[in-house]
Amino acid sequence: MPDQPPVQSTSNASRTSGAHLAWIGQGFLWLLAALAVFVLGRDLLKDPALFAQIVLSGLQLGFVYALIALGYTMVYGIVKLINFAHGDVFMVGAFVSFYAVTRFELHRWPAIVFPGISPVVTVVVGPITVMLLSMVVCMAMAVTIERVAYKPLRDAPRIAALITAIGVSFFLEFFGALSFVFSPRFIPYQRPFEVVTWYMKDGIHLVTEGKSPPDGSITFSNIFLIIAAASILMQVLLQFLVRRTKIGKAMRAAAFDKPAARLMGINVDRVISFTFAVGAAFAGLGGVLYAIAYSSIWSQMGILPGLKAFVAAVLGGIGSIPGAFVGAMIMGQAEALTMGYISTPMRDAVAFTILILVLLVRPTGIFGEPEKEKA
Amino acid sequence: MDLNVGFLLLSLVKISAVLAWVYGLIQVLGLRSTWARLGGLLAAFGIIQLAIAVPVGDTVVLNDFDLGLLYQAATMAMVALGLNLIYGFNGQFSLGQWGFYGIGAYASADITYRWTNGDARGLLVLGIGSILGWLVILYIGRYLQRYRGVPVLSAFTLYLLGTVVAGAVAVFIGNLLNPLFMPLLGQSNAPGPLNSGVAVQVVFFLSVLIAGVFAAGIGFLFGLPVLTLGSDYFGIATLGFSIVIQTLMVNSDTILPFPEMKGGRGMIGIPKLTTWFWAFLFLVLVIVIMRNLIHSSTGRAILSVREDETAARVMGIDVARYKLMAFAMGSLFAGVGGGVYAHFIGFLSPGTFDFLIGFNPLIIVVFGGLGSMSGTITASFGWIFFLEGLLRVILGQLGTEAPTWRFVLYPIALLLLMLLRPQGLLGTVEWGFLKAREEPTAPREGHPAPAPAKQ
Repeated sequence: MPDQPPVQSTSNASRTSGAHLAWIGQGFLWLLAALAVFVLGRDLLKDPALFAQIVLSGLQLGFVYALIALGYTMVYGIVKLINFAHGDVFMVGAFVSFYAVTRFELHRWPAIVFPGISPVVTVVVGPITVMLLSMVVCMAMAVTIERVAYKPLRDAPRIAALITAIGVSFFLEFFGALSFVFSPRFIPYQRPFEVVTWYMKDGIHLVTEGKSPPDGSITFSNIFLIIAAASILMQVLLQFLVRRTKIGKAMRAAAFDKPAARLMGINVDRVISFTFAVGAAFAGLGGVLYAIAYSSIWSQMGILPGLKAFVAAVLGGIGSIPGAFVGAMIMGQAEALTMGYISTPMRDAVAFTILILVLLVRPTGIFGEPEKEKA
Repeated sequence: MDLNVGFLLLSLVKISAVLAWVYGLIQVLGLRSTWARLGGLLAAFGIIQLAIAVPVGDTVVLNDFDLGLLYQAATMAMVALGLNLIYGFNGQFSLGQWGFYGIGAYASADITYRWTNGDARGLLVLGIGSILGWLVILYIGRYLQRYRGVPVLSAFTLYLLGTVVAGAVAVFIGNLLNPLFMPLLGQSNAPGPLNSGVAVQVVFFLSVLIAGVFAAGIGFLFGLPVLTLGSDYFGIATLGFSIVIQTLMVNSDTILPFPEMKGGRGMIGIPKLTTWFWAFLFLVLVIVIMRNLIHSSTGRAILSVREDETAARVMGIDVARYKLMAFAMGSLFAGVGGGVYAHFIGFLSPGTFDFLIGFNPLIIVVFGGLGSMSGTITASFGWIFFLEGLLRVILGQLGTEAPTWRFVLYPIALLLLMLLRPQGLLGTVEWGFLKAREEPTAPREGHPAPAPAKQ
């Protein structure tokens, strides 16, 4: 049990301690947990292959959420701001890659620039270029947003910055919905590479066209592999950045105590800009991967994934980088299992219910440190 | 591009008149003499009623569109006042107000919808359930008072069990009593004596009250465990609440057993019972209750929790209790607002209760000034009339894509406001009635005059 502030006794000390009532709350939680285990276990036994397939789709979702959640958790760790515009940076990342692929064929640039080059180089270098472009554009945008909208409000009440973040988010969503910017409608997304699918039953086989995989097999595609690889790579890179480099040390210092960091000669403003930029780069990559996986984009696509990624960050303990990853995995699984076994529209409800339950048991998230006392 | 300058000027005049009317209403409520107050209220009510009903030439001063805006503004004022109580006065950053608004709207609409279609169970079950539920909550609260340091989760489980049992009892009683009402209600094509005229108005009034009380009950149950979280965690949990409620609305006919709500397609056929009288009445009620609450000892306790929880606790204030009280009260206002809204629009769809639109009350509260009731009311009216009224019409004349421009322009305005005046338009200034009443007598000897309340 968390150490909740006790219900205050106003006057009489004659009241007996209510600690013996703790079993009621704990019993309630255990009941819920038992119910969840029962339902999941039943589904697992009924059709293990389907269950594995659903878990796999949950993993894919979780890896994308993890990329977005990193930006939230880093920014919150340093400036204590729920950056609502982060989800829209994610959207911009998807759109940048869309235009790069359909208008400029950037994913085929090696083949166009060097006509005789091996197709393998094109397939590898092209999509990576597209992702890098999205990341760079998102970084530039996030730094601009930070300079224009958040920086002037750094000493204002926190709510001012929060309202500003909501404003920026609305602006990006609806500015993007104008037809000369992006589009108010859903747009089919053209992938920068061919999709290859495998199925897993008695070993791994390639799915050939026109032939469906046998019953009871688990299928997965190169999209899943790319998303998993990119997400894990980014996690490792970020850990390296934060733990081993000078700027990472500055970020940790600024997150711990901004005035003290400033006294130690750290340019806190630059550190904050850098944090926004790194977070935005991850969100941009997440946007490209999300668009590749779900092959449809629109100007408000960033709202819910962004929100869920933030919830994932909160779930894992905001400010903690491994926490964001774990939280994102939980969110992805919760959503996929709900979609698979309950109903698709309930996915948001279940995800948020899990958040509320986890916060009740651990008020600062799974990896979160207890809040410091107010000075 | 034919922008009508005459229309623009007329709209601006109308908006100024409405804002002046709001200012006048708040001043009138503060008049000392009871008769003057009543007369003033009647005048405030009558001016709008005349503007709606009496034609000038071949038109009326406030057409149906303006009237719709007026209703929207009144409901928004109630919802925003509730949020101001939770966030502005009690300091709990809540994003869940829109969910309570939705609960109120659907609950109240369900009652009158069923009633006009010859089914009294809506009123019976929700009415009895709300009353029984609150009685159970109060009883369990008294029981838990005997102990100190009851774990929050245990208290929550007890309350949840109690209210679920109360709800089940209410459903049972409702099904039992329903046959008594059926013949009196008749069918929708042949209404019975209880299904016409004054009776329906009374049911509407009750339905809005029940919606408020029901929303407050949900607010109590949800707030009890969640209010122990820190500010941003509380914010995101309440945002989650909004989303869960909206998802339940989308699934109201599949997962929840309410086929008449028609899930994501939206609930149609809600009787349009809100008249200017009801909107005005509920608005004034909410303003008066809110004002009296804030300037009572309870209100001062609520304020002290915002200023410094630790200090409040040291002074012997039951912090958890006052947080919960403010939260439930704010939910009640939102529920009442929802009830009024449902009956003028006549159609409820889950899209209306999207959490994105749910940021509007928060923005209004911050816009008007955190902790200023006058600011919240004025900002609600100004917000609706400018954004939903003027800007929508003007941009609508400019072309097909212009409505999107509305949402491009208003974040920019929001950014500018936050950069230039982060404390909101009115700060913490209050007008007339909403000001704390000054001490009428001179300070007695030996007692220094009370220091003016610092905000």
